[in-house]
Amino acid sequence: MRNKTFPQGIHLRYHKQATAGKPTVIAKAPAVAVVPLIQHVGAPCIPQINVGDHVFMGQKIGDAEALITAPVHSPVSGKVIALEARFHVMRRDVLSVVIENDGEDELYPDITPHPDWERLDPDTLRKIIREGGIVGMGGAAFPTHIKLAPQSDKSIDTVIINGAECEDYLTADHRLMVEHPEWVIGGALIISHILGNLKILVGIEANKPDALTAIRQAAGVGGNISVIALDTKYPQGGEKEMIKVLLDREVPSGGLPSEAGVVVNNVATAAKIFELITTGMPLISRGVTISGPGVNAPGNLIARIGTSIEELISECGGYKGKIAKVIIGGPMTGISLFTTLVTLTKSIGGVVLMRHEDISHEDPVVCIRCARCVDACPVYLMPIALYHYSRSLNYDQAVEAYGLFDCIECGCCSYVCPGRLPLVESIKHAKAEVNNKRQKQRGR
Amino acid sequence: MADPLSGELIVSSAPHVRGRDNIRHMMYDVAISLAPAGIAAVYFFGLRSLLILLITVASALGAEALMQRAIGRRVTIADGSALVTAILLAYNLPPTVPLWLPFIGALIAIGLGKMVYGGLGYNPFNPVLVSRTILLAAWPMLMTRWILPFDAVATATPLAVMKMGGNLQAAKELLHVESNLSLYRQMFFGNRGGCLGETSILAISIGGAYLMYKRVITWHIPITYLSTVAITALLLGRDPLFHLLAGGLILGAFYMATCPVTTPVTPRGRIYFGLGAGLLTMLIRAFGSLPEGVMYSILLMNATTPLLDRYTRPRIYGRRAR
Repeated sequence: MRNKTFPQGIHLRYHKQATAGKPTVIAKAPAVAVVPLIQHVGAPCIPQINVGDHVFMGQKIGDAEALITAPVHSPVSGKVIALEARFHVMRRDVLSVVIENDGEDELYPDITPHPDWERLDPDTLRKIIREGGIVGMGGAAFPTHIKLAPQSDKSIDTVIINGAECEDYLTADHRLMVEHPEWVIGGALIISHILGNLKILVGIEANKPDALTAIRQAAGVGGNISVIALDTKYPQGGEKEMIKVLLDREVPSGGLPSEAGVVVNNVATAAKIFELITTGMPLISRGVTISGPGVNAPGNLIARIGTSIEELISECGGYKGKIAKVIIGGPMTGISLFTTLVTLTKSIGGVVLMRHEDISHEDPVVCIRCARCVDACPVYLMPIALYHYSRSLNYDQAVEAYGLFDCIECGCCSYVCPGRLPLVESIKHAKAEVNNKRQKQRGR
Repeated sequence: MADPLSGELIVSSAPHVRGRDNIRHMMYDVAISLAPAGIAAVYFFGLRSLLILLITVASALGAEALMQRAIGRRVTIADGSALVTAILLAYNLPPTVPLWLPFIGALIAIGLGKMVYGGLGYNPFNPVLVSRTILLAAWPMLMTRWILPFDAVATATPLAVMKMGGNLQAAKELLHVESNLSLYRQMFFGNRGGCLGETSILAISIGGAYLMYKRVITWHIPITYLSTVAITALLLGRDPLFHLLAGGLILGAFYMATCPVTTPVTPRGRIYFGLGAGLLTMLIRAFGSLPEGVMYSILLMNATTPLLDRYTRPRIYGRRAR
């Protein structure tokens, strides 16, 4: 039987063999943890400690009143030595709590496990998840408790657990599924319980057969969990694609997955929910792949939030050759930085290092109208048209007729373009321009 | 702690990796795919075919380099696009043309077909067909002097025989065969009068299959074009197989009608393009004053490309069909 997949999209080179078979290693806790007060989509946290305070591991150190936000916790026990702006992977300075690790890993006394979660009501569980600082760990960093409280007028019938991990090099989710499938399934059951015992679909790409086996075993037979093998294709891990392939439904343009009757969570988020509920430990560590041709010993780590990326790279044998690019996330959607002195945040699943010889140095040539971008686009846009409208500043046409804001920025168009045009780059630029313009209009 | 990498790292927007194929690879793939048809041309029409090919290639590359230099642009003749234009132009000429004609043809294709619009990617019409149209109008006799393979005896093309009121029987007599099957076979292998690269359906199909395998072209245009010709022929009471094999249809369908620059980018647009070209080809063959309609039908459809793109935009994910 052929595996399911979504229409269009592209095949990447994957490069996962460097780390796919490597068991996850627990990284050394940082001597000094730098914890940014924004690690999520939504309102920034306000610090709840002062410089000089002693903090416990797992103690809440930042929170906000706003509806859409997620608190942050101390990843170590020790002393707060600074509260200052630090450079963040979002490429700007963010107020961060700097904590000197005392090496004791002294647990916050208020931490309480809830092994009896099946008897807790959805609101209590959502509150625990909120207090645990859980956000989407697949990259989006959207506060999970909001996702798990869909508006009442929308009837949700399916929980999707996303185990696609479709980007090049990244294997942290893969290893999680192989090593702790029961956490993933446990988390899926908690999510389903919160939403009213819905059916659960776990989508995993076929290039991870060991993960499929492990998750299937953990899911058991019967019950309402189906584990589905998907044809390996990028960007299958995109929420919209995952919903399309598993349910043949589409998220309405400009809408949320809940409008398609679905709540989608990444496997890492599900596992973290399970960990939080059953042990009480908030989100203070995560799995991260350190890979790419510029690393000596690529590997999968469990690292504390607040550890510097530089230390994680050292943990994996340090640099190999002259590094040209440091990519936070995968090569298709990740952010390239000019430094490794930033800290791990909740939504970083990988760091990829590329040398000069590993990246393309071809200059943009011209569009020969080959249509590969049109044939690749997983949301059926015409990237080349958006590119032309963006370059000619005809944003209205781009938004209205060509769906500028429907673009999911997966990068397929730029990847396949034989003219090496910056297609998705121009689309991102146009979106930013339109948003600026709208903001100005509102301000007036 | 000092940052060990500072100042040496490249910062750019994602994606940070690119696919393998670039324009040069695609163009050279097209050139490679045209090799079987070239070998067939030499086999059927002699080494003179090779000479014509060399002239178009040298003139096209030279013309493009000179024109690019004249307007102060970077010379990009290594991208393979002029090479492909040159090969296809040679394949669209009768084997008997005087040797100055391919030279003029290449100048027209590169100059009037491509550079006047701004070079690669900007021409609305297929440069090879633009050139061929002008050559045919300027030197109609030279452009229709056909010979039979091997013995170089003057002949008519099977389509021309049909145009003059003939039927399959006349075509069979032309090619000295008895049965329909041998007629088809001979036309399929390329043993007939015609342009250099259009006669061997076998050789062109090998090239076309290679291009589809390498994903340089998609099935949309060739398949819809060819099936529309076959169906229209049937409806008009003509022999569909003959019409598929005759003239420059297969060369046109796999190479001229799939020229990316001048054809639609949307899947539905490409299908309409193939439909339109097929219909026009058969209408010209059946009712026009010319024996062959491939060239004009593709050029006419080239003119509809911007409209087709505009009206066949794909339905965007999460939206209703327009």
